[in-house]
Amino acid sequence: MAGQAPRTLFDKIWDSHVVERMPDGTCLLYIDRHLVHEVTSPQAFEGLSLAGRAVRRPDATIAVADHNIPTTNRRSGIAEEDSRLQVETLEKNVAAFGVPYIPVLDDRQGIVHIIGPELGLSLPGMTIVCGDSHTSTHGALGALAFGIGTSEVEHVLATETLPQRPAKNMRVEVNGRLPAGCSAKDIILAIIGRIGTAGGTGHVIEYAGETIRALDMAGRMTVCNMSIEAGARAGLVAPDETTFSYVAGRPFAPKAEALDRAIAYWRSLPSDPGAAFDQTVSLDVSDLVPMLTWGTSPETVVPITGRVPDPDQFTDPARRASAQRMLEYMDLTPGTKMTDIPVDVVFIGSCTNSRIEDIREAARIARGRKVAPGVRALVVPGSGLIKKEAEAEGLDTMLKAAGFEWREAGCSMCLGMNPDKVPRGKRSASTSNRNFEGRQGPGARTHLLSPAMAAAAAIAGRFADVREFS
Amino acid sequence: MEKFTKLTAIAAALPMANVDTDKVIPSRFLKTIKRTGLGKYLFDPLRYNPDDGRENPEFVLNREPWRKAGILVAGDNFGCGSSREHAPWALLDFGIRAVIAPSFGDIFYNNSLKNGLLPIRLPRQTCEQLMADAAMGGNARLTIDLERQVVVRPNGEEISFDIDPFHRHLLLEGLDDIGQTMALAPAIDRFEERRRREWSWLPSTTGA
Ligand code: SF4
Repeated sequence: MAGQAPRTLFDKIWDSHVVERMPDGTCLLYIDRHLVHEVTSPQAFEGLSLAGRAVRRPDATIAVADHNIPTTNRRSGIAEEDSRLQVETLEKNVAAFGVPYIPVLDDRQGIVHIIGPELGLSLPGMTIVCGDSHTSTHGALGALAFGIGTSEVEHVLATETLPQRPAKNMRVEVNGRLPAGCSAKDIILAIIGRIGTAGGTGHVIEYAGETIRALDMAGRMTVCNMSIEAGARAGLVAPDETTFSYVAGRPFAPKAEALDRAIAYWRSLPSDPGAAFDQTVSLDVSDLVPMLTWGTSPETVVPITGRVPDPDQFTDPARRASAQRMLEYMDLTPGTKMTDIPVDVVFIGSCTNSRIEDIREAARIARGRKVAPGVRALVVPGSGLIKKEAEAEGLDTMLKAAGFEWREAGCSMCLGMNPDKVPRGKRSASTSNRNFEGRQGPGARTHLLSPAMAAAAAIAGRFADVREFS
Repeated sequence: MEKFTKLTAIAAALPMANVDTDKVIPSRFLKTIKRTGLGKYLFDPLRYNPDDGRENPEFVLNREPWRKAGILVAGDNFGCGSSREHAPWALLDFGIRAVIAPSFGDIFYNNSLKNGLLPIRLPRQTCEQLMADAAMGGNARLTIDLERQVVVRPNGEEISFDIDPFHRHLLLEGLDDIGQTMALAPAIDRFEERRRREWSWLPSTTGA
């Protein structure tokens, strides 16, 4: 490519997928993998039908239902009519268009962003899209993965390409040894707290530095997952030995000689020394304290040792007004210690934190303890396979003994589309990625935190410093 | 998609930063298989009283003349959050054809363009001026001329804005870009041919 100027990981994946470059810089980008779910696809399939178009590459596409499905009594079907209609519509569409589908009762069913990597469908160097903003999760493998809207879903189904303008490169460099009690979730919350929810707008973030290198794939996925909460289009981590050993042996991953060839290619992907980034942010996590949010935007982070802030500390009038509205909605008083705030509901799950590693963390805190009276605590594995693995390790027994509910895989209480909702006015400690007003149900008050911190909150009945639990 | 050429309409000011797509349309209203009929859920958490579902009389779109607003002027980072295209669908169904803000969530910005909803980025100070214009309601309509790429204030002042030529063209002509891409099928075929050769390890979803 162009004189072999040093290129970033993003540049390399981008360049290798350009089908056509338009005069104005827009590129027609080839898409290797398209993940489809029930919420953002019905209007896209309808568009195809109306125009008499087919799905160009069913073999690059896979569909699963996750947002609407109940996490109990799966066999008795979906009670809510509009949820059932959406799932049935997906099933009709995949049948009509010949798209591979993972049925609701299949063990491999789960949250779309959990099962892509888990099944080896998402691999390094790929372009991956899904009609869902948290597609950024798959970037942890060193893939260019981003969320798209329904019109774009239709576009990819019809053409296996997308017209896109190249994003800018941002590097977030994380160094320092992660202190006990802190996890990947605390890292990404700290990053969003630093750069804000618009900090990454127009950019693809590459996470680098020794702390990221030391994270396992689950942790990298947690970090990349919330790139969108930092405003970025996608998040990436350069593929390395950790990535390769994660991929090897997954059901759809290349095997034997094909895997060797793939790995040889993947080794060429990391950013070249001297590659230019439009923005660089560095973070040292040596002194990191477990984090959580206080408001209704993911950037409103505070260490567990901190207090609810005073809106008057914001000089920008729009921000001050937002902070005031947030405190009202969250029913919080400035100056309150975070550890003095009681919780009603605890949700451990979502594509941010429902992998086996997350459930192990929660179980480690829960073991031999009891959920505080009056607190409802749910653990929702990200896929049927994770659920089985956890059960084989006895984690479900430990969690249930402590008073946690153990559910079937799905998006569950991450968003108010299925029966798992946080009741109006109730306060939730959630391992998910969004604390927007009404996200977990109308009037729900959401605080984002790590699985260990969520489990600690369930036990204490209020937010608690997990470092006092180990 | 409906063409966008020139629009003169009442503008409503929403002087809040980070209006996320869950605020534009909460997830419980996404359980539809249609694109239409979402206008009644637009800004549900701001527009309706949570206890009895009645209109919040303070909210701008519940007041005359802004009930008929065709333009929205908002704060920073409008439309951040989820990829739901239901957000532009709900705005359009309500009657809003353009949103002006200092910055937008990336996916929302793209989704809007694909549906004939024009997102316009203007400096924060300019947005504040336009919000002041908007406060005058029916006496102070704004005009957006996409052909000339200007917003015309009620006092006649013209403010130019940027939009990429590709999307400007699609909006002006009301074109869907799938047709455009399909014309490039030979290039896509060639790319797939190369892909099969160079990345033969890429797994298919049809067999594990
Ligand atoms: S778990 Fe939550 S964030 Fe993830 S895909 Fe489901 S609804 Fe979206």
